[in-house]
Amino acid sequence: MSIAINKDKCIGCGRCHIVCPGSLIKIGNDKKAFIKYPKDCWGCTSCLKECPVYAIRFYLGADIGGKGSIMHTEKNGDILKWIIVHPNGEISEIDINQKESNKY
Amino acid sequence: MKVEKLKTDILIIGGGTAGCYAALTISENSDAKVLICEKAHIKRSGCLAAGVNALNAYIVDGKTPQDYVDYAKKDADGIVREDLLLTMSQRLNAVTERLEKLGLVILKDKNGKYVTRGNRNLKINGENIKPILAAAVEKLPNTKILNHVNIIDFSVKDNRINGAFGIGIESETFYIIEANAVIVATGGAAGLYKPNNPGFSRHKMWYPPFNTGAGYAMGIKAGAEMTTFEMRFIALRCKDTIAPTGTLAQGVGAKQINSLGEVYESKYGITTSQRVYGTVNENLEGRGPCYLKTEGITPEQDDALKKAYLNMAPSQTLKWIESGKNPSQQNVEIEGTEPYIVGGHTASGYWVDTKRATTIKGLFAAGDVAGGCPQKYVTGSLAEGEIAAYSAVDFIEENNNVSVEETDADNHLKEVKAFLEENDSYFSTEQLEEAMQTVMDAYAGGIKTNYRFNEKQLDIADEKIADIQKLSDNLHADDFQELMYIYELRERLVVCRSVIAHLKARHETRWQSFAENLDYPEKDDKNFLKFVNSRYENGKIKIILRDLTEGGAAYEHSN
Repeated sequence: MSIAINKDKCIGCGRCHIVCPGSLIKIGNDKKAFIKYPKDCWGCTSCLKECPVYAIRFYLGADIGGKGSIMHTEKNGDILKWIIVHPNGEISEIDINQKESNKY
Repeated sequence: MKVEKLKTDILIIGGGTAGCYAALTISENSDAKVLICEKAHIKRSGCLAAGVNALNAYIVDGKTPQDYVDYAKKDADGIVREDLLLTMSQRLNAVTERLEKLGLVILKDKNGKYVTRGNRNLKINGENIKPILAAAVEKLPNTKILNHVNIIDFSVKDNRINGAFGIGIESETFYIIEANAVIVATGGAAGLYKPNNPGFSRHKMWYPPFNTGAGYAMGIKAGAEMTTFEMRFIALRCKDTIAPTGTLAQGVGAKQINSLGEVYESKYGITTSQRVYGTVNENLEGRGPCYLKTEGITPEQDDALKKAYLNMAPSQTLKWIESGKNPSQQNVEIEGTEPYIVGGHTASGYWVDTKRATTIKGLFAAGDVAGGCPQKYVTGSLAEGEIAAYSAVDFIEENNNVSVEETDADNHLKEVKAFLEENDSYFSTEQLEEAMQTVMDAYAGGIKTNYRFNEKQLDIADEKIADIQKLSDNLHADDFQELMYIYELRERLVVCRSVIAHLKARHETRWQSFAENLDYPEKDDKNFLKFVNSRYENGKIKIILRDLTEGGAAYEHSN
């Protein structure tokens, strides 16, 4: 499992670089973020929640059964929207109200 | 490389759950200057980076702190410090209310009372629990936070801590920090053993892969007394994603079943280690794979589970969605993880007194790094952070004006410089890390041997880990990130040797899977209803067996 950063979208703000608990994301000479150590990602999704332009995607490695879907979040007020794009382009979405507790 | 010298009243090493709460407590109760050194960034560092969806340690209506002590004691089959558990349990509810005031969402009923899950748990939305804690800490006066600074060693002289040394990952700085008291809150140790998925997803593990046992290793090297490293923790997790199973087991009542559909948990018992052992054994006897039975739950439960997992382990929800099948349509396969050393779940760590003072004067421990007090989880770590904070504040009233000796600082700086110099070593840090994990897996009870071991294997493990330690002296780092990796590896190697020594010292099998010694397959209450402690002296790990105290009497020590 790991993340991929879309260079075309990245604005180089450095928020993902700052927050990664493994310090795995660096800023390149082109002022764009890149993940320097993809195998060392824990999968915590902190970076994609920080990204103001939604340039970071999260995916499951093939070794743990990943099938090529990619996931990111978008925040709107109290709603954290999780968006999953399947390999065939289909989209699944789950909205979580952060003011509401888990039921389980 | 820059060199910077800092002075503070209280140094907190690690800005995770316990460290952040310690900082809050100090600020509210004193004017002491606090410095937090955090190897990543406190907003998302430590165990709670992805979030957490329940508070597992809370005293519900009708229960008492002593009930919690009794529960933890039973789960660990007697090997706990009741004095530590009780002092922690008495604070669980107050720290929970404090968290709620800081902004954590906790489920309540119509009457405004917390809704409980089982006997000890509260339901929350904990996705943002770490940002909430961090924001509170960032506002504190007198508190300085150094993010991306990794502490590499303590400065200890005559069993008194005077501060610590650190490296700035981004600032490329060597830090010399003088502190009148130090709270170590670095968490436990992951990555000692070969993980479930050693390839591309090697870091998809239960515990943060960035918690590398720094606090344990620094304490061991400084001669602190340590306890119960043989009580390893192995988590029962969802296969592949290594996501938690408690939400399925307790949230929707999913039972552990084998491939024949038989509920096997009742056959082995329901303590934490028995749940793992049962799963291992069902596989060994040809009835694998094992599952949590979720088939047949309702569509509402499906939706709630997918949300709950997004708030703590998003990969599991992604897996359900990718597979096109909800948990109600497919049981969730489960497996045991590789072993970890973690004092918040089992009892490994510093031997502390009820004030969370370690055996090194001026050094206090809280959270996963502190031993003797298992089943802490989030709230217990907060409680220990609070206790350690009060103790450190008291301590500095009469103990101040410390200084780090120049020779001590020079020696550490020399070591750092040596790693940054070019050399002709064939080995990379990554290669030695894999070597360490392979040794631990094969000879010290890893996944490969179904967590079992014998004394001969432990002897081989110790010899091989000692060899890798020697090789690690000649590693080379191109930058400060790689320098941190060298120190992390060396920390893990120190912890590995203590784990091996402790496993070897407990001549019984009290907890299957966690410490299953094939030379001594039975439990031996007569000789081993005791703590296995250790102290590193003159280059050797000395084992000390200590009796349990009667009726939870305090086990205070003088430094």
